[in-house]
Amino acid sequence: MARRSVSILNRLLANPPSPFTALSRSITYMPRPGDGAPRTVTLIPGDGIGPLVTGAVEQVMEAMHAPVHFERYEVLGHMRKVPEEVIESVKRNKVCLKGGLATPVGGGVSSLNMQLRKELDIFASLVNCINVPGLVTRHENVDIVVIRENTEGEYSGLEHEVVPGVVESLKVITKFCSERIARYAFEYAYLNNRKKVTAVHKANIMKLADGLFLESCREVAKHYPGITYNEIIVDNCCMQLVAKPEQFDVMVTPNLYGNLVANTAAGIAGGTGVMPGGNVGAEHAIFEQGASAGNVGNDKIVEQKKANPVALLLSSAMMLRHLRFPTFADRLETAVKQVIQEGKYRTKDLGGDCTTQEVVDAVIAAFE
Amino acid sequence: MSRQSFSLLKNLRSIASGSKIQTRSVTYMPRPGDGKPRPVTLIPGDGVGPLVTNAVQQVMEAMHAPVYFEPFEVHGDMKSLPEGLLESIKKNKVCLKGGLKTPVGGGVSSLNVNLRKELDLFASLVNCFNLPGLASRHENVDIVVIRENTEGEYAGLEHEVVPGVVESLKFCSERIAKYAFEYAYLNNRKKVTAVHKANIMKLADGLFLESCQEVAKKYPSIAYNEIIVDNCCMQLVARPEQFDVMVTPNLYGNLVANTAAGIAGGTGVMPGGNVGAEYAVFEQGASAGNVGKDTTEEQKNANPVALLLSSAMMLRHLQFPSFADRLETAVKRVIAEGNCRTEDLGGNSTTQEVVDAVIANLD
Repeated sequence: MARRSVSILNRLLANPPSPFTALSRSITYMPRPGDGAPRTVTLIPGDGIGPLVTGAVEQVMEAMHAPVHFERYEVLGHMRKVPEEVIESVKRNKVCLKGGLATPVGGGVSSLNMQLRKELDIFASLVNCINVPGLVTRHENVDIVVIRENTEGEYSGLEHEVVPGVVESLKVITKFCSERIARYAFEYAYLNNRKKVTAVHKANIMKLADGLFLESCREVAKHYPGITYNEIIVDNCCMQLVAKPEQFDVMVTPNLYGNLVANTAAGIAGGTGVMPGGNVGAEHAIFEQGASAGNVGNDKIVEQKKANPVALLLSSAMMLRHLRFPTFADRLETAVKQVIQEGKYRTKDLGGDCTTQEVVDAVIAAFE
Repeated sequence: MSRQSFSLLKNLRSIASGSKIQTRSVTYMPRPGDGKPRPVTLIPGDGVGPLVTNAVQQVMEAMHAPVYFEPFEVHGDMKSLPEGLLESIKKNKVCLKGGLKTPVGGGVSSLNVNLRKELDLFASLVNCFNLPGLASRHENVDIVVIRENTEGEYAGLEHEVVPGVVESLKFCSERIAKYAFEYAYLNNRKKVTAVHKANIMKLADGLFLESCQEVAKKYPSIAYNEIIVDNCCMQLVARPEQFDVMVTPNLYGNLVANTAAGIAGGTGVMPGGNVGAEYAVFEQGASAGNVGKDTTEEQKNANPVALLLSSAMMLRHLQFPSFADRLETAVKRVIAEGNCRTEDLGGNSTTQEVVDAVIANLD
């Protein structure tokens, strides 16, 4: 009897039931007639590893026969400004997918990533930093959504040299922008069954600027009595993130802190190579790698073609959901998560040694 | 050692059977303003209608869903739909309803059908699938029946040629075929089956088949086949796993949907809805006009599950996917646990007990 149970055990253990197979057919969705019409999405491959990872997304969309087709535009980080036709295209299509644009350090050239967000008034950036099943990290139970104001604050780009050797850099915080990002954060929490919103600030030092931000958050919090609201100073926040990340749920932050907090949270949950994210405004949405979107990788990764496409693939799943193709989004996410969990095809940042193309092939093979 | 492996085996088997319903973890980026509450027209209806629509209202309250209902009193014996109802639905675009009782005979047209025609809700959709935890005689059932909703045998065009001889007219169209294939494409379904009786009604069902064949050419990756309705009924009860999406004219759709719902667990649990180019009406999937027996109404043990799952579809239609997921997960957990089931599922709970269980299971 013992021998039989061992053999049955072996058989069951050899084909462990994947938690993902259950998801593929468990929801019923009734589309409107005409919902299957293909949608156009502006595609900006970008610099460095950008073309590599956006190429990965294009391949996967092909393989799924997703009703999406891409209008590609060449934009490179050293251009003076984003070409007019690209902005028109995004305004027309409402949705854009992009790789990173390299921003030169110093020299007074403004970042094209920022320019795009300001022109289209894409005021909220969202990163979901979550432990991916199968990817071992030092921190468990991480599921943080960082909602970051995208258009003002320290990134206003208003700098000038008062006298030679003295530079002033303006951090602009407005009630208008603070209020709408706070409103978006609470609305996000409400729509996605999140229990807590934490505002990150440094108002003990920047009493007026961050104070205004906090006031706006507190006002909006009154409209959502079912959601807990608290505030945390950014230095303590960074320490808490690495000590006890499970205490955080949704975090709303001004521009600079959001950048740092998002990268930290992404790092503790598995790395910036796997976190999905996007940017949204009242009318348009841009999807790119969740955290560290401006990162275009180093030359070696570009040469060896070993960039991690997972973050952009998961962001493109968010994009499919945004475009109202939930089944395609679910299939893509399921396939990507399966590949990560199996662990055979991982790029260098996840501890493996595969090329981008191998990961893409694995994801395509994982589609049923 | 054998005792240890036994308990290990039991654990593995329970995981393998998927008895634990997990919440879906999906990242979703709403547009600013997406959280604004949406009004939905509510028609409680007759018989068990008010009971089950009230169940939905309670669950929506408990979830704080951004939905509020505008109720309208409609009863099956009214001559026509009340003033204001159609305006309300045209304004809100979405309606949730219980059944309206249609008198048998007497030449009174069905208000259920009237509503669908006025709003041109040409497609009716029922998803018949095995629910985890609900044992039925057939496994691996996952059939979506897409039924033409406005014409066919239900055109209501009957006339008495001479006393004692009645002609009933039927027509067919191609937009239902287009919807069925689009549904299959958008939902990763592999096969569409057209159900017909064109060997007898050569022109009418023949036209239906022609439309389906034309649309099928545009979707080369979806398998298409045809089946005569009598064989279809037999195959449904013999080997239901061969069917995926089924597209049917009006009457066959009614019969096929009810049969498929029955084999998968009963009409009390299958979600469904009706959709047109501009509006959508959600109601119990199959047998929506069924208003229950008097005893069910008195004892208040009508099954609210079908309407709860349909309202989850409605939440998804209104772009509130997270709420839809929570509702579906809670309902499926309640069914899987098995303690709280109404009479049609083999238990003896009341509607209110099931609702309380669902609310308790919301996270």
